[in-house]
Amino acid sequence: MTLTTETPTPKPAEARPNAARGALRGSLQQLLAFASLIVIVIFFSIASPHFFTTANIISIFTAATVTGTLALGTTFVIITGGIDLSIGTGMILCGVMAGVFLTYWGWPLWAGVLGAVLFGALIGVVNGFNVAVLKIPPFIATLGMMLIAAGLALVISGTKPIYFKETPDFQSIMNLSIIPGVRFPLGVAVFIVLIVLSALLLSKTIVGRYTFSIGSNEAATALSGVNVVKWKIIIYTISGLFVGIAGVLSASRLSSAQPTGGMGLELEAIAAVVIGGTSLQGGKGSIVGTVIGALIMAVLTNGLRIISVPQEWQSVAVGLVILIAVYLDMLRRRSA
Amino acid sequence: MSAPLLEVVGASKSFPGVKALDDVHLDLRAGEVLALVGENGAGKSTLMKLLSGVYTPDEGEFFLSGEQLAITGPKQAQELGISIIHQEFNLMPDLTIAQNIFIGREPRSGGVFLSERSLNRKTRELFDRLGLALDPSEVVGGLTVAKQQMVEIAKALSYNARVLIMDEPTAALNDAEVDTLFDLIRRFTTPTTGVIYISHRMHELRQISDRITVLRDGRYVGTVETATTPTSEVISLMVGREIVSEQRQSDESAPRETVLAVEGLSTKSLLKDVSFELRKGEILGFAGLMGAGRTEVARAIVGADRSESGTITLHGRPVVINNPAEAAKLGIGYLSEDRKQLGVLLERNVRENVVLASLSEYIGALGFVKDKKIERTAREYVTALRIKTPSTSQLVKNLSGGNQQKVVIAKWLAKDCDVLIFDEPTRGIDVGAKDEIYALLNQLAAGGKAIIMISSELPEVLRLSHRVAVMCEGRLTAVLENADATQENIMDYATRFSAYGTVK
Repeated sequence: MTLTTETPTPKPAEARPNAARGALRGSLQQLLAFASLIVIVIFFSIASPHFFTTANIISIFTAATVTGTLALGTTFVIITGGIDLSIGTGMILCGVMAGVFLTYWGWPLWAGVLGAVLFGALIGVVNGFNVAVLKIPPFIATLGMMLIAAGLALVISGTKPIYFKETPDFQSIMNLSIIPGVRFPLGVAVFIVLIVLSALLLSKTIVGRYTFSIGSNEAATALSGVNVVKWKIIIYTISGLFVGIAGVLSASRLSSAQPTGGMGLELEAIAAVVIGGTSLQGGKGSIVGTVIGALIMAVLTNGLRIISVPQEWQSVAVGLVILIAVYLDMLRRRSA
Repeated sequence: MSAPLLEVVGASKSFPGVKALDDVHLDLRAGEVLALVGENGAGKSTLMKLLSGVYTPDEGEFFLSGEQLAITGPKQAQELGISIIHQEFNLMPDLTIAQNIFIGREPRSGGVFLSERSLNRKTRELFDRLGLALDPSEVVGGLTVAKQQMVEIAKALSYNARVLIMDEPTAALNDAEVDTLFDLIRRFTTPTTGVIYISHRMHELRQISDRITVLRDGRYVGTVETATTPTSEVISLMVGREIVSEQRQSDESAPRETVLAVEGLSTKSLLKDVSFELRKGEILGFAGLMGAGRTEVARAIVGADRSESGTITLHGRPVVINNPAEAAKLGIGYLSEDRKQLGVLLERNVRENVVLASLSEYIGALGFVKDKKIERTAREYVTALRIKTPSTSQLVKNLSGGNQQKVVIAKWLAKDCDVLIFDEPTRGIDVGAKDEIYALLNQLAAGGKAIIMISSELPEVLRLSHRVAVMCEGRLTAVLENADATQENIMDYATRFSAYGTVK
């Protein structure tokens, strides 16, 4: 009883008097994330002459490509209020599958790459089914998938790396230099295209609309006649597609499909999403934020290495950045 | 005259243990606003949920303009032209107004991409038609409750609804907003449409409705013309039942000492200047409609909610209570209405639940828990309160509702509380077990405990309370001696809304 005056919609009137100010505050948040990225870049530029060089900036982007690709896809899932822990080991499994298709089965390059990407989508479909149809909580559903993918990668590869002997061009996908003179790798160009595509997908299409809608109020979305089950499967599948692409890029970068590793990468990707201002409660987030988050992490790792901070400390720094970023975001929300 | 716009014939719906609706009739004429009233639990919401397709009826037929309907789900009801606005809004706070209204029906430009522009244009057209001054691109989460309500209504109307059902739409609105809402309702009501309006606010029904249908205990009582029926008659239709007098609490004997005095209690959200005294050995009933603030009083007293002002005096000493732990230390126990969530640990056994609040008394010098002493205490209470359980090791989730409630009572008795606040003590408890709980409450009061009992069931209030405190909109509108209290005058005090200034 007695709760008639309460509405489930997060509150209200006094909080945000008009949309203009709300929107302003939203872009301010992105501005802040962007500003902190600039500050970090300026700091390292002053600290070391080797930081702000074309070669190093490209290598930062290169470093951000794989995690960033994972982060783009998982941004969708996180905005629905879900989580995908299987993206790290799923990526490794997709790399191994690329090796199986190209090296073991002798598929042509395009078919092997497409196969690996679609295999990622398949992982996403299964995750989506488990979450949307079987109603397994996303954390558990994708934790299970994380372990399954890690194990399968080892089983399928016989715990040994697979080299792309039959398709030497495979390594070009990530590494081919596409601008004469500068070493600007194709993989980074792919990453940039993916950024644009996912930004359009999230802000301009029905997928994006329902992603926000489900994260904002799933029950109300369903009552409005939206097939929430179907769209959740689609959203997890999108995340899976990005996992497949990341798997190809990562294997290409190393010129081999490594069956181990990947565990922990999902957390780096989630960290990038969270630093970018996407709420783990769902309903709020942006691709631009995720890209800035991924860059902040890559710049930190790169910069700290350049100024010779031992690797052990780099992880400490990234952890602190996550805590500070999320705490600031909460402060902002509370005062908003 | 032609067939009614909407007709319900012989609708029944049961839930485990409860017959929520029994052979209910309702007819809505085209072009009218039909008010639906009834006490808490009379079956209004269940009926609305049948109409909107949330529940399926056990029995009953529905007709829309004379044609029989089979309502299979919320979406289908909406497509048939029946739209409902629930008490809790169904909006996505992070989306804009336009995005909310056309969710699931987004216009697209060139196939793939959404067209925000045509979305906003369609929304503005809708608002122009309804005379609403809202910006379609505003984010819903930033709107006032009243504006969110307008968005809900606009959404409902955008489906070309013929029947609009509103469940307590004015609960959170101020007077000016209510006027805007009524304008909107009048504009919506045309010769081909109709509105079912659920509310407790008698003066509003008088302003907006043409007829009033009354439900009581899940049954249809009658339908009256608003203009020719005095409010008192509507109230007496709502209450109906008579209480056998010997069942009622016998009168107070001698004046007793005051245990708890509350003075000027106010909270930011609801309570306004609530003052009352609770005496030793008495049961003070709290009556009122949903949302009147009864639970909030209890929560403010035990410090679960922050109070803005007010003083609490316990045994003559002023006390400050910041949280329920401090309240428990002072001997004030609060038994929540939400027993399963906030009252017991369902997955733990009877023993652990009984000593939960007083566990620190069962810790030995070395920090180990004294299991034997706990077992002894638990057995004492199982016997004293006649808790039906095979042993104290039984998990609480395996007990019946009534026995779970007794476990909660045992918990607070073990803590040696002398003020007990029962919030809906018999909710979800079957009829036979209710009598046992009633007997237990009487026994506790006779033993010198001071008891506040919040209940939505007027017969329960009248049967148990020595005195009855009535609340409305966060204010205490009356404290009645049991001898003076009737269902009618309690209902009257419970509907004294401030809009009419009847209560100061």
